[in-house]
Amino acid sequence: MLMTKFKAAAAALAFAAAPAAADVDLQFYFPVAVGGAAADTIEELTAQYIAENEGVNIEAIYAGSYQDTVAKALTAARGGNAPQLSVILSVDMFTLLDEDLLLPFDDFATSEDDKAWLNSFYPAFMENSKTDGKTYGIPFQRSTPVLYWNKEAFAAAGLDPNTPPTTWDETIEMGKKLTLRDDAGNVSQWGVRIPSSGFPYWLFQGLTTQNNAILANADGNEVNFDDPKVVEALQYLVDLSKEHEVMAPGIIEWGATPKAFFEGQTAMMWTSTGNLTNVRDNAPFDFGVAMLPGHERRGAPTGGGNFYLFKGASDEQAKAAFDFVKWISEPEQSAKWTIATGYVAPRPATWDTETMKSYAADFPAVLVARDQLEHAVAELSTYENQRVTRVFNDALAAAITGQKTAEAALKDAQAQADEILQAYR
Amino acid sequence: MLRTRGWIHAWLLLSPAFVFLIAFTHYPALTTLWNSFFTTPRGRRPRRWAGLDNYDTLIADPVFWKVLGNNLIYALGTIPLSIVIALAMALWVNRQFTGRSFVRMAYFTPTVLPMIAVANIWMFFYTPGFGLIDQIGSALGFGQTNILGSADSALYGVMAVTIWKEAGFFMIFYLAALQTIPVSLTEAARIEGAGSWTILRRVTLPLLMPTTLFVSINAVVNSFRMVDHIFILTGGGPDNASSLLLFYIYEVAFRFWDTAYAATLTVVVLIFLMGLAIGQFFLFDRKVHYR
Repeated sequence: MLMTKFKAAAAALAFAAAPAAADVDLQFYFPVAVGGAAADTIEELTAQYIAENEGVNIEAIYAGSYQDTVAKALTAARGGNAPQLSVILSVDMFTLLDEDLLLPFDDFATSEDDKAWLNSFYPAFMENSKTDGKTYGIPFQRSTPVLYWNKEAFAAAGLDPNTPPTTWDETIEMGKKLTLRDDAGNVSQWGVRIPSSGFPYWLFQGLTTQNNAILANADGNEVNFDDPKVVEALQYLVDLSKEHEVMAPGIIEWGATPKAFFEGQTAMMWTSTGNLTNVRDNAPFDFGVAMLPGHERRGAPTGGGNFYLFKGASDEQAKAAFDFVKWISEPEQSAKWTIATGYVAPRPATWDTETMKSYAADFPAVLVARDQLEHAVAELSTYENQRVTRVFNDALAAAITGQKTAEAALKDAQAQADEILQAYR
Repeated sequence: MLRTRGWIHAWLLLSPAFVFLIAFTHYPALTTLWNSFFTTPRGRRPRRWAGLDNYDTLIADPVFWKVLGNNLIYALGTIPLSIVIALAMALWVNRQFTGRSFVRMAYFTPTVLPMIAVANIWMFFYTPGFGLIDQIGSALGFGQTNILGSADSALYGVMAVTIWKEAGFFMIFYLAALQTIPVSLTEAARIEGAGSWTILRRVTLPLLMPTTLFVSINAVVNSFRMVDHIFILTGGGPDNASSLLLFYIYEVAFRFWDTAYAATLTVVVLIFLMGLAIGQFFLFDRKVHYR
């Protein structure tokens, strides 16, 4: 519906400007992982671009979840109808390269201005965008995990409500005070909640980074799952439940985590900055947002989606797509997007706009994610990414549920990952 | 001449069904088999002949054996139980009592609901801390459970949902079959002095055998086919503890994009199901009809 309206508007413009050169038509797939406002904002921005740029039609197609979007893009590409542009998980870069589907942005960034633009993003986000010295992804809907804490629960436990834990040890120490049990010994409030369902590797990567371990190399063909520092990090995660009893045992559901926080089931939680607006709207108590606690260092992974240019586009199409990506990442558009969704604006310039400054003054929690970027690293990404992370996730689940020791689980995962990645070395 | 025309006629009448059957069943099955002998093509590497390599991978794949084992537990756990519950419910609502329509409807409701909705409802039941089970448990003084989050119980948690969903569906078939049993048979048995148990065992159950065959084939097929709720409930975790064959195939095909290996797994499932169906029809078909 909206699509036809865009086209009509664009067509009307094109007629007004006639006789213009032939129109450039683009297909643009985008996923939505955080609810309705995001889709509306993308369509709004696209419409604005079409209105400002004669002769370019962009068909913005909502393609479902991240998982659905990459599936659609791959299927379309196999059928010879790849979109010219898509937002897909940053970690799927190697998968898309393996399918020989991507155009590097460097090919189009020819002017000095464009080259400066390519270098204007936070380096932590660009780590998942570059390989072999080329840039294949432009950060767009990016996030990072942060610590949320319940100030009322802190005060009730006799802790300073404005001081969250800053180290692993403090997490345990405070967690013990925050874990409440009834007379029968049943827990009514846990100290901390680090969800481990679905994609446990992401939050776990916070722990490994804090312990100074890097999970994968930049070429995406080597992993360090059985690094002793990774084993130590996993042992810490397991011990939070097993040894120190400050976190619920077993696999902890990602989706139910904010709800558990609102219900007072847990005093602290680790989750994406993407939940910021959700927590602000729904937490019935005063809450704080902080960087993840550190150990050897502070650390967190980045996450979320990048823009990709697809092969099969004509020269004009690819140039138009490049221009659109450049436009949408400009501070004003980017600020609008960040405020609508909670994603971290990927360029320092965005944070310098008046819009963002007044937004942050009103809601300082949004700055935590930005400040944490200084400590953030690339999200785990390799060739055959889904399969390798699955192996890793299985190992984490096996250790968390007590099926294997941390060391044995990670050794197995390393062996399986090595076998998968053998073909890419 | 007339005979040829008869032939043409027959083929014309058959052809619509034939076209669909071939296009959507036989042709895909054959291409699946064919693809299982190649490597997965990637953009940078075209596919090449792999012979039985994919089958070697399959035999060495611990996850495959794990999900196969899970699937057997799942089938053995859900099929008999949902059939027995279905039968009990059907016998119950076949009688006259007030509120019968309401009970029938209540039993059938799970069938009408889409599996994804059902899974979300159960997700709420199972949620540790504030889910229904834990709310009732804590009122009774029990501690928190984490059914879907522990490797020992996740599969059973998934199975409970399946039984809940399937029993109502099978009940409808039993109810229909019960209503076709002539009342005169039970009356005659009663005059001969047979008790309710004997009537059930010697009259009702044998007459229900064709339905039981039909239901059990359906149940077997469903136990390999119904995986929608796994996506919502556990995603196959923890560590593949609740993953089933079809779910694993989906993952290999559409998450890992290893289409050749997914084809290999599909071939194995196809062979497995064909064997089961043939076995069920040939072994039981002779015994089910009451003569």
